[in-house]
Amino acid sequence: MKILVCISNVPDTTTKIKFVDDLKKLDETGIQWIINPWDELALTRALELKDEPANGIEKVTVAHVGLVGSEPTIRKALAIGADDAIRINADAADGYFVAFQLAEVLNNDPYDIILCGIESSDFNCSTVGGMLAEFLGIPSVSAVSALNLENGEDVIIREIDGGNETVTVPMPFVAIVQKGITKEPRIPSMRGIMMARSKPINVIEPAAIEAMTEIIGYEMPKPRAACKFVDAENPAELIELLQNEAKLI
Amino acid sequence: MSVITFVENWEGKFKKLTFELVSYTAKVAEMLNTTSIALSIGSVESSELDKLGNYGVKKVIHIDNDNLKILDNQAYTSVIADVATREGATVVILSNNNTGKALAPRLSARLKAGIGSGVSKLPVSIDPFIVYKKVYSGNAFANVSIKSDIRILTLSQNSFDVIETPNEASVETIEVQVENDLVKTNVTDIQKQAGKILLTDAEIVVSGGRGMKSGDNWGPLVEMADLLGAATACSRPVSDEGWRPHEEHTGQTGKIISPNLYFALGISGATQHIAGVSASKYIVAVNTDKDAPVFEAAQYGIVGDAMKVLPKLVEALREIKSK
Ligand SMILES: Cc1cc2nc3c(=O)[nH]c(=O)nc-3n(C[C@H](O)[C@H](O)[C@H](O)COP(=O)(O)OP(=O)(O)OC[C@H]3O[C@@H](n4cnc5c(N)ncnc54)[C@H](O)[C@@H]3O)c2cc1C
Repeated sequence: MKILVCISNVPDTTTKIKFVDDLKKLDETGIQWIINPWDELALTRALELKDEPANGIEKVTVAHVGLVGSEPTIRKALAIGADDAIRINADAADGYFVAFQLAEVLNNDPYDIILCGIESSDFNCSTVGGMLAEFLGIPSVSAVSALNLENGEDVIIREIDGGNETVTVPMPFVAIVQKGITKEPRIPSMRGIMMARSKPINVIEPAAIEAMTEIIGYEMPKPRAACKFVDAENPAELIELLQNEAKLI
Repeated sequence: MSVITFVENWEGKFKKLTFELVSYTAKVAEMLNTTSIALSIGSVESSELDKLGNYGVKKVIHIDNDNLKILDNQAYTSVIADVATREGATVVILSNNNTGKALAPRLSARLKAGIGSGVSKLPVSIDPFIVYKKVYSGNAFANVSIKSDIRILTLSQNSFDVIETPNEASVETIEVQVENDLVKTNVTDIQKQAGKILLTDAEIVVSGGRGMKSGDNWGPLVEMADLLGAATACSRPVSDEGWRPHEEHTGQTGKIISPNLYFALGISGATQHIAGVSASKYIVAVNTDKDAPVFEAAQYGIVGDAMKVLPKLVEALREIKSK
């Protein structure tokens, strides 16, 4: 059995986001690039499943659509423990473009379980996993908070509005994972970092398609009104303000 | 041409999010000068279906099929895509909730349609088709042009007002073929969270952070939530510690919510926490540290000990509720 984890390369979650070129382009100065947090959890879960010999997982591969500049992020995934990597050599124009490129490669190189994060923390689209499954014509399970294997079959917990469902789907499938899939992301060990240097990154040229969407400009959030402080000795005044000034309660 | 929305039901009932979706759909159709349709899948009574017309859609299509009793993403995608195609839909609108996030991307690939996900406003323009959406987890926004002939939008919950419009929609029940082997999802167990206000549905949310010191201190916070008809939430370390259940974790890696009012009690306001709550209309913070970043996001604040402030808030609320 083989597992593929799709990873996105995003600015560290504490980055002070700024733009240049008349708010048309992200200001990349000083940005630390990381594996998208959910993808890191997905990778960790894949490796946990592989650690269990009874699951019979031969390898965990990471796939990424991006230019050579994102190789440090791929190396980090290899250092965490992925066996090898695929990099599709194109700028990740939008979710549709990324999913299409991944599908093109996976059509000829199938995996049994494909994991994607619930969203990428840059564009917050929640699209790649579902699109990829549709392009491949295979099942997808979304909002996945647990993935286990029992006698070679998957047992998945997905969140629904107001509860959880335990489901199983035939392989191959795409699981779109969120919080709960594992507790903490795995941290690369010294040995992992050394080994990552010689693990293969298979670079593939992209298929010719156009993105469906285009960001034409960014805006910064509107500054919020300054905070109005109420004396800690008199919290009733806060309730009064919420009731009569903001009219919220 | 038409604009179509897929409306989910919960045990045969719609909820506020449905009416937000339908109101939004009717407005988008108005912008495009075309008709609006709501598609309901599942066993929903006609009295419930009739309600959809009150929010401006002109036609309701209802499908009830045994093979659509559980959410199978492939079967649903196939049915919604067929109806959208038959109705000549140029915009397909879903909620940005769990179900919408599961289906919208599949529909996008199926219909060769670009997505605008998590929108909270009407499109900025329709020719070119431009939507305004959150990016970088709320640290910025973007105007996104969708270039395909069909567009898919997912609407954030609690971000678009419900608009009642006197209007009667025609309700049409149609039969569809869903082959047994199209359904690949096998649901073996369902665990419902009974009797609680869903965090994503709530208009008021009372949330506690590590400043609450221990899981044992949540009594007055829960009482305050009860008095307000609010849902309870927490920061990530609180759910990691097991003080509160994981469903309550809000923030970048937890639930992303947009209530009218969010109380942050003993929460520092780290970017990753604010990422999940910055769409709240009002944020109220209580924190011992006057320099805590949470006050930059808040409109009302108290610099003080949550343990001492909470009981007084509860008391004041009881007072106004008794009037
Ligand atoms: C990739 C990534 C993703 C993350 N995702 C999330 C996420 O989704 N959600 C999330 O919440 N965090 C997330 N975090 C963690 C985040 O960075 C913060 O560590 C976390 O939000 C802090 O939680 P807190 O405010 O409860 O605790 P602290 O940061 O410990 O803050 C406690 C606050 O309580 C105040 N306080 C102390 N005592 C009292 C008292 N008696 N009364 C009133 N105030 C008091 C303190 O002044 C302080 O401001 C993420 C981090 C990373 C790296």
